Amino acid sequence: MITIHLDEHALTLPDGSTLDQLLIQQQRAPESVATARNGQFVARDARPGTVLSDGDQVLLFKPIVGG
Amino acid sequence: MIQDDWQIGETRLQSRLLLGSASYPSPAVLAQAIEASASQVITVGLKRSLQAGDNGFVALALQAAQAQGAHLLPNTAGCRTAREAVALACMARELYGTSWIKLEVIGDDHTLQPEPFELLAAATELVRLGFTVLPYCTEDLVLCRRLLDAGCPVLMPWGAPIGSGLGLVNLAGLRSLRARLADATLIIDAGLGAPSQAAQALELGFDAVLLNSAVAQARDPVAMAGSFRDAVRAGRRAYGAGLMATQDFARPSTPVSGHAYLLGGTA
Repeated sequence: MITIHLDEHALTLPDGSTLDQLLIQQQRAPESVATARNGQFVARDARPGTVLSDGDQVLLFKPIVGG
Repeated sequence: MIQDDWQIGETRLQSRLLLGSASYPSPAVLAQAIEASASQVITVGLKRSLQAGDNGFVALALQAAQAQGAHLLPNTAGCRTAREAVALACMARELYGTSWIKLEVIGDDHTLQPEPFELLAAATELVRLGFTVLPYCTEDLVLCRRLLDAGCPVLMPWGAPIGSGLGLVNLAGLRSLRARLADATLIIDAGLGAPSQAAQALELGFDAVLLNSAVAQARDPVAMAGSFRDAVRAGRRAYGAGLMATQDFARPSTPVSGHAYLLGGTA
């Protein structure tokens, strides 16, 4: 098992978990969020190939109003 | 009517009012304000997805923008480094489907003044990645030149700190910037509080204005959006008409010749 931080909340996942699997686990539609791993943008089509590691920081972003 | 289009990148626009979508009292008022503004560019943002929802604001903003054919301009609000801003811009491009980005890299928490070195680094990288970069900057002429050299098609110098409503605080600096970068597309972004200030920016020759709080925080945001729409049009027409030269002393406007002597005086 590995422990990652999703939006600063600790989360335990099976070894070998990928970013797209994390979104499924979190019940997030793939197109509803943008993703970053350890401060680097991860494009939608790169999520299946992005294997998460112990201690990774994952951030999810969604649209909001803005000035 | 004389055609007076302007451009962001390859996109031709008629409205010179860019409107922010934040801090409105309700999604319905936001949508009505977008319509009243006749704006063709609406700014939007990004936030962490695990934070609380937005009660339908963004969905209605996107719907209202689409209804009037407006373009979305995502921002990088909250970023303090080039690395953060580049990552957020990439996420915005994926979520909103546009390569336009309002580049904000803040260097001071009190004034929300842009961090010039990180701003330039981010702009350079984002241009390389194919973005149309609209940097939020100050009236610093040298930085503005460097941003143009980096490939930014538009610059967005502040009128005053974000949300202050102070108007064009450094009028001399803005005049100088306009004069020295005569061919650049310049949008006054931030700090405008009244339609008269927007009109003044256009009268000075700035190409457009971007504002949010002045409309969103008005007692009647929809009416205020219409007021800014009209003020921007008036300011642009005044610029085209040519303002009279100012002078320090009076000059009679009525063409009387000599003195009227109506009271028989000699003065």
